Amino acid sequence: MKTAEKSIARRKSLDALFAIIGLLAMLVGLVTLLALLMDLALDGAGRLSWQFFTSYPSRFASQAGILSAWVGTTLVMLVTALTAVPLGVAAGVYLEEYAPKNWLTALIEINIANLAGVPSIVYGLMALGLFVYQFRLGQSILTAGLTLALLILPIVIVATRESIRAVPGSIREAAYALGATKWQTVKDHVLPYSTGGILTGVIIALSRAIGETAPLITIGALTFIAFLPNPPITSAFPFLSFEWLISPFTVMPIQMFNWVSRPQREFHLNAAAAGLVLMAMTLAMNGLAIYIRYRFRKRIKW
Amino acid sequence: MELPTELEHLKITVPQTPDINAPDQAVSTTRQPIIQVTDLDVHYGSTRALKSVSVEIPERQATAFIGPSGCGKTTLLRCLNRMNDLIDTVSITGSVKIHGREIYSASTDVIDLRRRVGMIFQKWNPFPKSIYENVAYGLRIAGVHNRYRLDEVVEKSLKRAALWDEVKDNLHKSASDLSGGQQQRLCIARALAVEPEVLLMDEPCSALDPISTAKIEELIHELKESFTIVIVTHNMQQAARVSDHTAFFYLGELVEFGVTSKIFTAPERRQTEDYITGRFG
Repeated sequence: MKTAEKSIARRKSLDALFAIIGLLAMLVGLVTLLALLMDLALDGAGRLSWQFFTSYPSRFASQAGILSAWVGTTLVMLVTALTAVPLGVAAGVYLEEYAPKNWLTALIEINIANLAGVPSIVYGLMALGLFVYQFRLGQSILTAGLTLALLILPIVIVATRESIRAVPGSIREAAYALGATKWQTVKDHVLPYSTGGILTGVIIALSRAIGETAPLITIGALTFIAFLPNPPITSAFPFLSFEWLISPFTVMPIQMFNWVSRPQREFHLNAAAAGLVLMAMTLAMNGLAIYIRYRFRKRIKW
Repeated sequence: MELPTELEHLKITVPQTPDINAPDQAVSTTRQPIIQVTDLDVHYGSTRALKSVSVEIPERQATAFIGPSGCGKTTLLRCLNRMNDLIDTVSITGSVKIHGREIYSASTDVIDLRRRVGMIFQKWNPFPKSIYENVAYGLRIAGVHNRYRLDEVVEKSLKRAALWDEVKDNLHKSASDLSGGQQQRLCIARALAVEPEVLLMDEPCSALDPISTAKIEELIHELKESFTIVIVTHNMQQAARVSDHTAFFYLGELVEFGVTSKIFTAPERRQTEDYITGRFG
């Protein structure tokens, strides 16, 4: 009897011990992240002002801002999204709905998964050779957007495939049995019912791309830009301009890198403030992803 | 043929002589067959699911496919609208003719075939859209956009599926808010909307409660006036109640095919008798 009680007590204390170890392990991650955020906020919060968002970089830390950086980031992201989403979704739909299941598609699948793990600087090298030297697109917003689009393409493809795989086969059968073609089935059912998942994947992918620095430095992004690209909307006919695409640019992380590498502490404060803005952008995107997923899941019941 | 003894424990209780109150017991077999299946062989990979099956399905009557699980009855059903094409590993030989035209020839338009041969599935599968959109979908993909025409067909189809009175005030509500039985009748309405000639039903009641089942069986009785119905069922009383002809399958072979009342009262083959009396299956 006594030994049984002892054994139970011993097992219970082991149980409690693991609970403590687990808690500590979790705190390591959480506290580090919080400390990082706090440090960033304490340093940078003081620099966040209207002036900071509307000024170009400057020799004087107190007059410098992130105008060219956030405009650059926005435009690059626009090109990235407009390229990666149609390509990635179409590729995902093809692989999942159209491609025959054989060793070739299996090989392609494995390679797409592997592509998602290729270091981003390798994409930068490839883009430098292909977009900058071969296609002569210059060190432009277009080159940057295409590079990041290639970088996130595998993520978009995988996300698309996973969300359209979640559409039950019985729904496809229902459409086919009514005489729908494959494209009608995809357009009317598979894609609409998986939009939530696809959008979530796209936003997660974009929030990865928004923080990328290495491939953009490789293709030759400038770190000091004191002008904005030409506006995409003009007052004269045809009212749309695409000159901004070939404009030189900088983006948020590169601007931060530039400031951090200077010796003066004032510039480090600017970097912290820009870091806060970048984190806010990423968090907002992730929040949007969660919201979209919630909205679409609620609307569709099988 | 002897029964595998390991199946002895699977006995189910079915009345020795099913009560078929069919005044029109002498179902005419002279009616022109709409579907002619000849020497149909189906393989899934290396598994042979159907072994040279030949059967003729009469027009505007209900034909039931019965048999134990894995006997090939659903496989045959899905050959009739070429839904098996969707499976990569399938290989089909033999001939299926509908109205005398080979559906497995290169010139057959599968899209048109599936419009003419509708299908109801075991598990109801309405689209996660409104009731109206579910019924109208078959017409929309065929290029019908006229609002009045769509309204008209939706109403007619829902009435035919005996669902109109229950949903007429909520046509734009989501189909997934309906009960299971209603969803299955919605799927029937959706299939009827494109005016098919044949309606294939793959165990349409197996997931339904007895009241919903009764409603759908009643519906089958009405629908067979205008449509040819082929129904796969595990429920032998259901086969006896709704069908005019019954085909019994066992291990991929068609064992016996005939007028339902005869199959259930005086089957010619021993296997059929064993199955319908519940000695196995």
